[in-house]
Formats: sequence, C-alpha cells, structure tokens
Amino acid sequence: MDLFSIIVLALKIFLVFGAVLTIMIWQTWAERKVIGHMQLRVGPSSDFLGPFGLLAPLADGIKLLTKEDIIPTKADRSVFVLAPLIGMATALAAWATIPFGPQFSIFGREIAMSISSLNIGVLFILALTSVGVYSIVLAGWASNSKYALLGGLRASAQIISYELAMGLSIIVVILMAGSLNLTDIVNAQGGHWYIFTIQGLVAAVIFLVTMVAETNRAPFDMAEAETELVAGFHTEYSGFRFALFFMAEYINMMIVSCMMVILFLGGWNLPFFVVTNPLLGVGIFVAKVFFFLFLFYWLRATLPRLRYNELMKIGWKVLIPITLVNILFTGVMVLLFNKG
Amino acid sequence: MAKIIDLIKYVTFWEILKGMSITLRNLFTKPITVDYPVKPKPAFQTYRGIHALQRYEDGKEVCIGCSLCEAYCPARAIEIHTHQDPNNKNEKVVDVYNIDLLRCIYCGLCVEVCPVEAIVQTREYELSGRTREEFVFTKDMLLDMGRKYSGKEVYRAYNVNS
Repeated sequence: MDLFSIIVLALKIFLVFGAVLTIMIWQTWAERKVIGHMQLRVGPSSDFLGPFGLLAPLADGIKLLTKEDIIPTKADRSVFVLAPLIGMATALAAWATIPFGPQFSIFGREIAMSISSLNIGVLFILALTSVGVYSIVLAGWASNSKYALLGGLRASAQIISYELAMGLSIIVVILMAGSLNLTDIVNAQGGHWYIFTIQGLVAAVIFLVTMVAETNRAPFDMAEAETELVAGFHTEYSGFRFALFFMAEYINMMIVSCMMVILFLGGWNLPFFVVTNPLLGVGIFVAKVFFFLFLFYWLRATLPRLRYNELMKIGWKVLIPITLVNILFTGVMVLLFNKG
Repeated sequence: MAKIIDLIKYVTFWEILKGMSITLRNLFTKPITVDYPVKPKPAFQTYRGIHALQRYEDGKEVCIGCSLCEAYCPARAIEIHTHQDPNNKNEKVVDVYNIDLLRCIYCGLCVEVCPVEAIVQTREYELSGRTREEFVFTKDMLLDMGRKYSGKEVYRAYNVNS
C-alpha cells in the first residue's frame, strides 16, 4: 500500500461518512416535511428554523445534546450504555462495501467508488444488520422496563423472521449474478436490471417488504409502536443515547435503500444503458436511493401499523414460501439459459 | 371468482397502492393549516379585536369625552376621566381612557354607541401577556393602535353591509 492509495482511501472514507451523516441529518427534516404535506399540514415551520424550516434538525441536535442523560437506577448499566453504540457502529460500518458509481482512472490508477470492494459484500452487510438487531434487543432488556422489554422481544422475533425472507430474496440475485461482490452484481446487471426479469421482480417486491420490516419502519414499527408501548425499546433512553438510536435507524434506511438499488435496480446504470461517467453514475445512484427514502416516508404517511400476529403470518406463511419457490425457479432458469 | 380477484388484489398490493395514491395526491394539494406566526390568518371583515382610538387628519383626537361608552359597557371595562378645556368651553379634555381588556367581552357596544366614531375595533387578535397590568390599555396605547390601523379596514358601527 503506497502513500497515494492511503490518501485516496482516507478521502473516500471522509467523503462517504460526511455525505451519509449530512443526508441522515436532513432526512429527519425531509420526513417531517413530506409526511406533513401528505397529511395536509405544512410541516416544519419557517418561523425560527430558516427557509422551509431547514434548520429544524440542528435545533433537534442542540436539544438532544443539552438534555439530561438519564440511566435508570435498576437498569443494567454497561449493557444500557453499550446498546445504542452497537446500533450506530453497525449502521456506519455497513457503508464500507457499498459502491456508489463506476470505477474511474485518475493519474493512471484505477479507483473503485467504494471504500473497500469486499468479495463477500452482501454477506458483510447482512451480518452487520443482524448484529444491529442486538442493539434493539439489548436496549429492551437492559432498560429493565416492561415496555422496553416488549419492544425488544417484538424486534427480535420480527427481525429474525424477516431477515430470513430478505436473505432468501437476495439469493436470487446472487444466483443470477454469480457473485457476492456488490460491484460485480451491478456490473453483471449492466443496463438489464434484475427487476425486469420475473424472478427478479418477485424478489425485489419481497426485498422491499422485508427492508421496511428490517429497519423497524412503519407499517412494521412493532418495536417502537408508540401507541401501545410508549416508545418501545428506547422508552428509557434520553438525550444523546436516544439520538444514537434515531440516527442508526435513519442510516439503516439509507443502507437498505442502497442495497435495493444495487441488487435490483442496476446501481448507477440507466435502464438499457451503461453509465461510465463517474459523476453521472453517482448522481443516478443517489437519485434512486432518494426515491426509496421517499418511499419510506410515503409508506409511513399511508399505512397503519400491522398487528403482531399478522406480521408474523405474512413473514412465515407468505414471504418465505414465495421466496423458496422463486429460488427454485431462478435455479432452473440459470441452469437452462445460464443467465437471469 | 371473487376469491380470485381478492387474491390478485392481495398479490399486487392493490389496496395499499390505492391508499398511497391518496397520500401522493395530498402531497401536491394546498395544506389546510397555515404557517402561523409567519403568515397569520387574516381575521374576518367584521372581527372585533383590540380597540383603537382614532385621530382626525390634523392630529386632533376624535374622542370628545362624552363617557357614553363607559356608561354603556356591560363589562365595565372602560374608565374615563375628563376635565373642562380652559381655552374652549365647548370641549372636554380626556385625561384617562383605560380599557381593561381582561374585563372586556368584545361585544362592540362601545363602538356602536360612540357618537363621533372615536373608538373602533381592529382585527388584532394576538393578545398575550404575563401580568394583569399589561392588559389595561391606556389612552396612548389605544391611540398607537389607531395609528397602526389608520387607513385599514376596522370594525366601526354600521359598517356591516346589510
């Protein structure tokens, strides 16, 4: 590793995490604004919060930072402190493998647009999101509160059952692309996105459902369930520890949106057209990711929360059988035509 | 047949898409709430808000100190003290003209009874304070309100188009 590649790597890390955290901060504003208008309200006001209330996230940050940090007396102190850190760390670490655009050459060197092009990228992200569940379960357990415990229980059951369907729907993509590397998956698609094939479309729809469940967003926000469980697993959290959970949730939303775009929507490529310009590629990629973030807000503004048994029923009795049949179908297709 | 249609609707997320189309349409319709402190909602034409005392164009106060409004006020919110103008024996000078806006019921009788239309009611409805004393509007404050609302539509007697 020479000096040049170290500088490039540092620059990449700086750019990616800067962009991720900035977008995450204004995502909270965008969500409020979109949901507000969908409910015929105006959302964040421009009274003290700049044009269109754009400074609302900063006001939130100041409020959360200056709030009293309470750890309940009967809580399991070390686990209570550790839980939000696990959530945030796993959410951020997953960005290491995500490719944002086509690779380009500068000063005679090839530079890939991801921090590290792991050969097991898909597995890495799935593993990290699985570890992220521990943050919710441990938070629910360590709080020593009934509401938090119920939220943590629900989260563990829900995420385990939905992660199964998510992993199985990704297997379809892996079968078609023949690689676990995210960059290779995008290049294997080229202009012919996997969502244009039958098995890809089915897998994409199932991935869409499971990614909403995976990030604990409405209508699958059973772990939080404000109307039933006060605030679910983070009932006892306040101040910046709560903010860490909040940030992890929004960063996870971005990660699963990126996964959706990479696995099914051809990453930075246009339909039937391969993009080689790095800037254009990143622009297209970000636009697609933003659409899915918008979809998250849209779903939250539209759908009520599912009942717990309905949630499990859909997960085990509908999604998993369909994905299993879909994998079989994909296997046959790949075997017969040696492509998706 | 109905079962097949239900199955198709279930698989294609028909009901969910229908709901989402409604929320998407709402996104592009005008919100029914207002951005309140920035763009306050205008009051109605005949709104009876905070009172204002008016002046003539030469700066002379319209009020002649007849105390009719004080006598008429059902809430006894108005307090007037006058004395005879030493220079002009036909006129009175108003020393004190207080309206206790916490007592006032905003019925508009003072406006109706005033023979010279000296007192009007503006459309000002933002009235808040920390002490009771802040709500006792003195003559100067009422004249200031009149200056603020000079030339604007206010509630006066018989201005209702009927």
